[in-house]
This record gives sequence, C-alpha cells and structure tokens, in this order.
Amino acid sequence: MSIETFVNEFSAIAANPHGQLKAYKEAGKKCIGVMPYYAPEELVYAAGMMPFGMWGSNKKTISKAKEYCATFYCTIAQLDLEMLLDGTCDLLDGVITPTICDTLRPMSQNIRVAMSEKLPCIFLAHPQNRFADFGKQFCLDQYTHVKTELEKIVGHEITNDDIANAIKVYNKSRAARREFVKLASDHCDVIDPIMRSAVLKAAWFMDKVEYTEKLTALNAELKALPAAKWNGVKVVTSGIIVDNPTLLKVFKDNNVAIAADDVAHESRAFRTDAAETGDPMMALCEQFTNTDYDVLLYDPQSSQNRRGEFVANLVKESGAQGLVLFMQQFCDPEEMEFPYLKKALDAAGIPFIKLGVDQQMRDFGQAATAIQAFADVLSMQ
Amino acid sequence: MAKEVSPGVLALRKVVDDVHADAREAKKAGKLVGWSSSKFPCELAEAFDLNVMYPENQAAGIAANRDGEIMCQAAEDLGFDNDICGYARISLAYAAGKRAARKFDPETLEYIIDPNSGKPLKDADGKVVIDETTGKPKKDPKTQQPYTVLVDIHEIEAMPDGPLKDKYWESIKPYRQMRIPQPDFVLCCNNICNCMTKWYENIARMCNIPLIMIDIPYNNTVEVADSNVKYVRAQFDNAIHEMEKLTGKKFDNAKFEQACANANRTASAWLRVCDYLQYKPAPYSGFDLFNHMADIVTARGKVAAAEAFELLEKDLKKAIEEGTTTTPFPEQYRVMFEGIPCWPKLPALFKPLKEHGVNVTAVVYAPAFGFVYDDLDGMARAYYKAPNSVCIEQGVAWREGICRDNKVDGVLVHYNRSCKPWSGYMAEMQRRFTKDLGVPCAGFDGDQADPRNFNEAQYTTRVQGLVEAMEANKK
Repeated sequence: MSIETFVNEFSAIAANPHGQLKAYKEAGKKCIGVMPYYAPEELVYAAGMMPFGMWGSNKKTISKAKEYCATFYCTIAQLDLEMLLDGTCDLLDGVITPTICDTLRPMSQNIRVAMSEKLPCIFLAHPQNRFADFGKQFCLDQYTHVKTELEKIVGHEITNDDIANAIKVYNKSRAARREFVKLASDHCDVIDPIMRSAVLKAAWFMDKVEYTEKLTALNAELKALPAAKWNGVKVVTSGIIVDNPTLLKVFKDNNVAIAADDVAHESRAFRTDAAETGDPMMALCEQFTNTDYDVLLYDPQSSQNRRGEFVANLVKESGAQGLVLFMQQFCDPEEMEFPYLKKALDAAGIPFIKLGVDQQMRDFGQAATAIQAFADVLSMQ
Repeated sequence: MAKEVSPGVLALRKVVDDVHADAREAKKAGKLVGWSSSKFPCELAEAFDLNVMYPENQAAGIAANRDGEIMCQAAEDLGFDNDICGYARISLAYAAGKRAARKFDPETLEYIIDPNSGKPLKDADGKVVIDETTGKPKKDPKTQQPYTVLVDIHEIEAMPDGPLKDKYWESIKPYRQMRIPQPDFVLCCNNICNCMTKWYENIARMCNIPLIMIDIPYNNTVEVADSNVKYVRAQFDNAIHEMEKLTGKKFDNAKFEQACANANRTASAWLRVCDYLQYKPAPYSGFDLFNHMADIVTARGKVAAAEAFELLEKDLKKAIEEGTTTTPFPEQYRVMFEGIPCWPKLPALFKPLKEHGVNVTAVVYAPAFGFVYDDLDGMARAYYKAPNSVCIEQGVAWREGICRDNKVDGVLVHYNRSCKPWSGYMAEMQRRFTKDLGVPCAGFDGDQADPRNFNEAQYTTRVQGLVEAMEANKK
C-alpha cells in the first residue's frame, strides 16, 4: 500500500472514533472508555476487550455537562462527560476514570453519579510518591482493583499470561509510534502535521495488533524514501493535546514541521515501556512508576528543573529550531510548570511561543498569526 | 463602641501571634523554618520541634489584608497563569521574594499617602464632612494609608547598607503574614489538592530547598481501605526518616505522642466549639469560625491551641446561659456557607447577610479539621479525610450532617474560581441538599484570594434569591 493509502486509513479512523466503536461492537467485542492519564490499557486488552481513548472532541459543544461542572474546567474532561451524557458513548461497556489532576478528581464522581444506571465506572488513583516500594505496592493494589472490575465486565479471569501478552503487544505499538515520530520528522515533506497527528491519534481507537501492523508497514515505506528536501522550519510541540486539524493546517500552511513532541496525547503516552519479564502486573505498575519528566507527576528531585531541561534537550536533539507550547485552558499542572519550562528554554537559547487552546475553540485566527510570525522568526535564524 | 472580644478569642489570637513570633525568632537564631500545607500531619514536625509556617493560612491573611491582587499579579508576572489557585499564586510570589510594601519617597523617606484610602471624615455630630471643591466626602487623615507597591527582598538585600535600605525593609507591610521567614524546607501533603504538589515543587525549586512529600490520592469510597492506610503509613515513616536527615536529630516518640495528644485535644475542642452553632439563635457566626481556622491550621499540635479553644468553649457556654451572641443582627435565617470565604471581600460577603438577618450557622471546615484518632493507622485514616480527598457520598454526608445538626434553612455555595477540586462536584451536591434536606441552595462565583473573580452585584442578587426561597419554604 502507498503512504497515502495508509495515512488516509489512519485519518479516517482518527476522524470517526464512533464508527470504530460501532464496528468493534458489531464484531462482538466489549469496549471500555479510558480517560486520561496513565490508565493501564494493557489490562483492558488482556481481558479481550477493546480500550477506547477518551480525549474529548473537537466537534462537540459542552451542553449537558454544564449540569455538573462550572465553566472553569478543562474541556477534555467536560467533553468526555458530555459524550457520556449525550449518548455518543452508549456502546461502551465501562469507563476507567483516573484522578491524577484536580479536574479529574471531582469529574470521577460526576461521571460515576451520572452513569450510575448506565455504565460501570472503574475508579483509579495513581500514587505520586511512586518510586519507593510502598508506592509501587499502592499502584499494584489500584491496578488489581481495575483488573477485578474489568473481569466483572468481561465475565472471565484475566490471567498473567494474558497480561504478559498484552504488554508485548503494547510495547511493540509504542516502539512503532516512537519510530514513526522520528520518521515523520525525517520525512516532513511527506508527512505533514495533520497526517502526523491523525496517525498517532488513531492508536487510541484501534486494536493495537492491527494498528502496529499498519504503522510498521507505513514506517517501512517512509524509511525507503529519499532524504527530505525541507525548506521550512521545525518545532517541538508541547501540551496536553494537539489534534485539531484546522489548527494543524496552520502549521502546514506556514511550512512548520513537527520534529518531536512533548504532548500528553502523543509521545508522553508512549515514552515508557513495561518490562516483558517478571510479574506482569508489577511490570505495568513499574511502567507507571518509571514515568518521569511529566507535568502531572511529582518529581522528588524538585529543587532541580529536570522536566524543563528534559524538554529543552528534546528540542535540541530533535533538530527543531523552537517550541510551540499549546497551553490547555484551565490545566493547572501545565500552567504550574510553565515558568520553569520557560526558564530552561531561555537558558538553552530556544525560542518558543505559548498559545492558549481548548477543544471548544473554532476560530484559530490569533493562533495562525502567532504561528506565522514565529515561523518567520525561526526561518530567519 | 468597640466590639467586646471574649477571653477565648483573645487567647486564640495570641496562639497564632506566638507561632509567628517563634518562627521569626527561630530564623534569626539560625534555626530551620519550614513551610507546610495545612493538612500535612503537623504531629511529625512537632516531634522534631520544627518551626513551621502555613502558606495557605498566610495567603488567606494577605488576601484579607487586601494585598491578594498585587501578590497574584506578581506571580502572574513570574509566568504563573491567572487560572492557578490564588493561594498558590500569592505564596509563589512570596517565595520568590515579592512583598507588598508601603510606597515612600526615596529622597525624604516619607511614606506617600494614597488620597483614595481611608474612611470618610465625620464631624462632631457624626455627619460625613463634604469637600466643597470636589463635592465628595473628605477622608479622615488618621485612617489614610500609603500607596501599596511591590518590592523584592532579593533586590533590597543587594542594596548598599544605609537608611534607604533600612527604609525598604521597614516599608514591607507590617502585618504578620507579610513578614513570615523564607523557608528552609517544605512539607507537602496533597490530600486537599494535586495543585499542592506542583505548588510545593515550585517553592523547592525557587528556594533550592528539600521537599518532604506525603501523597494522599483521591478516594472513591466512604471507608478508607487498608491498602490506602498502608501507603500513607509508609510515607509517614519515610517523612520521619527525611526529617531525621534534615534536622540531624532522632525521632522523639514521646514528643510525637504528646503532639498527637495535643492535636486530638485541639480537634475535639474545635468540634465542640463548632457544635455551639447548633443553638438557635447561635451564640456566634460561622464567619467567626473562619477566623479561628488560623489556630486549627497553625497550632493544632500545640497545647496552647487546645487550651484556647477550651477557653472559647467556656465563653460560648456563658453566652448561651446569658442569651447573648456576637452576631451583630437578629438571626432570621440560618444557612450553611459552602466553601472557603472570599477573604478579600469579607465585608461585601457579610453585608447582604446582615441586611436579611442571615446567620451562617454551618461551615464545611467544622468537620474538615476535626482530625480525631487513636493510633497511627487512625492518624493515616484521619488525614485521608480532607475536604477534597473524599468521595461525593462522604462529602454530602458531612455537609448534610452539619446542616441537620445546625438547623439550616438554606445553603449558600461559593463556586470558588481558585479551587477546582472543591467546586467540581458542587452542582450535584446542591441537587442532593435540596432533595435530601428540602432546603433551597444558591450559588455565586467568587475566589478565595483574588478579588478580581468576585462580583458583588451577582452575590447580592443570589443572596436575595436565597432569602426569598427560604421565606417561601418556611410558609
């Protein structure tokens, strides 16, 4: 298949998660919604069910969710609730609600209350003090709870072999996505930011074996291409989610390629693998406890600026000339880390812009002007 | 006539003053001073004789002293978004060395008075004196204050010694919350919010100091599971180990047990004081409880705090016997005030309540600080039950319990722009209060520290609406 065909397939899936949900249900699969962040999707897969990433929507308007929350909450969480309330997610057989941020804490309660007669809600609280054995043990207790609840939904036990197999499947998928991120940068004349986003986004709505197979084939096609002739600029994107095609078209129109990302919906979600040896439940816990350099997670070496420096290094190592920070409105973990990210970028001499975004935005005029001006500045360097 | 202040209230004020004075003295003497989140187990720090200050309490005080906005803006200038909790912004600006100060002329070193400050001048008959040239009321010079400006302690430190430098130090607002020492370590417990985690990490980074962390993840059930208790217990041990490294001292179990005994005694006395709001009419207003929160936060592990609350309890017993109250109006309606008050706007908050005879006889802080426990597992369970770490059923049960006990006619809900975890399930709670208790609820938008997020007109209208609904409900 051609690169174009692969990309079109991924794009069609990324644009129509509901179609995917319907198709999997018709094929007899049970489907579980998985809200951000860090939920062990592998357990859903190991149960023989299909995990569906729930990262809001660029097409919906918040209406019914207003009965539960005030306006000053992240639109991803509000739109997840909206889709649960308006019937979009009626085909789901359950939803996992992690609670690592201050919006997701009360949202887990709103969803449980709103879905009390409709859908099992699986609560998940990750430990922040996660490096010592007591943190890992708490994580294991939480994941065991998730596993037990999933077993109730699927109606059979999830064995260690099932989990070990799921880990292998997911590690392969993560490796393929990491490779794609590099190839998309190397061949940014072929893979534009809209395509890049669609390929990565589709992973949230596809069986990972099927996804990895397709992505590996796409990667092979990309590897066979001659080196890119790129006259534009390259940036690293940072933030929670950058998946709006209208916004990404601004990048494309201004010859701005994405060299790498520090985005929760993209690379932050597939940066860390789980061990394929030892106890598979503990391997999943350690995958989480090994997750680092993340705005949502506690850093015990907090007197240093490790995350800021990590992102600055990512920009340098990826060959990007600058960074575009998409500040998710009302996301206090991102906002809290901004001053020290800025400090690290300034210290490394990396130009950046910060753009406020949310999923209810329909007009990107201001963002377009800022990106265009930033591209001009970078191209003159 | 000046309002008479009871011995218990005076004792409570002294306790907080002493905690601050002790911390300032300790810092001068070269001892360690830490900053702690309000629901970090203070018993641990007490066992090491550590002097600890409380940024949340400090931010509330700064906001109540009308310096919330200038400090919030200072944090925004450092790059912290105005979406972030106002307490966090004030604290982060303070940690960075920013201070609200009184403007002065660097030549004469005289303060420059803000002509818009102060109260209206009154004549011998108590009438407001009008300025003939402007047609507006004249200001009483005795009540006027200098302009408020922002200064930076690091810039002052870098100045050459002399009268100008001394004046800069002196110009920093003299109230205790603007004078707390910079931290040598931070103690963070995120039971009330995850914002706390990042807030304290930022302080640790700014000041290059150690951070001791106790993580209390959100809980989805009324009971605290053994697994959760085990996680928190292990972190207590870890925190003790970190404090041993920090202080070079061994953990003193006898001091720890004494601190636990004090904390239990303080919490019990606090709960009994809160229970006096059950009397009809109440001998005081729930707004007074907000003022005593400084004690339960900063000194609950100290015997002086327990004694002061016990003294206040005696005052209240006497007030009930004598049929007196400190509420300055006849009580016609009784409400629960949901959330943290808008500290910069306390008079505006109080005004329509007074006008309509609405007394606040229930506040969520009553059970929220009533940490009473028997052993270390119990202590872990107690600290697991902070206002924003409990599930909706527990949150509703607490509130409906005090609404019933304290006989409220309605609920006034503060949708606090600074507090996402708190405000995030209030809409559902409101529905439950009305369904379960049959009382009307009214919500208003505000902020615990940033006055820019409070709209007095909206608040007044909502209070009026609540009063009408309570009146209709009584018929």
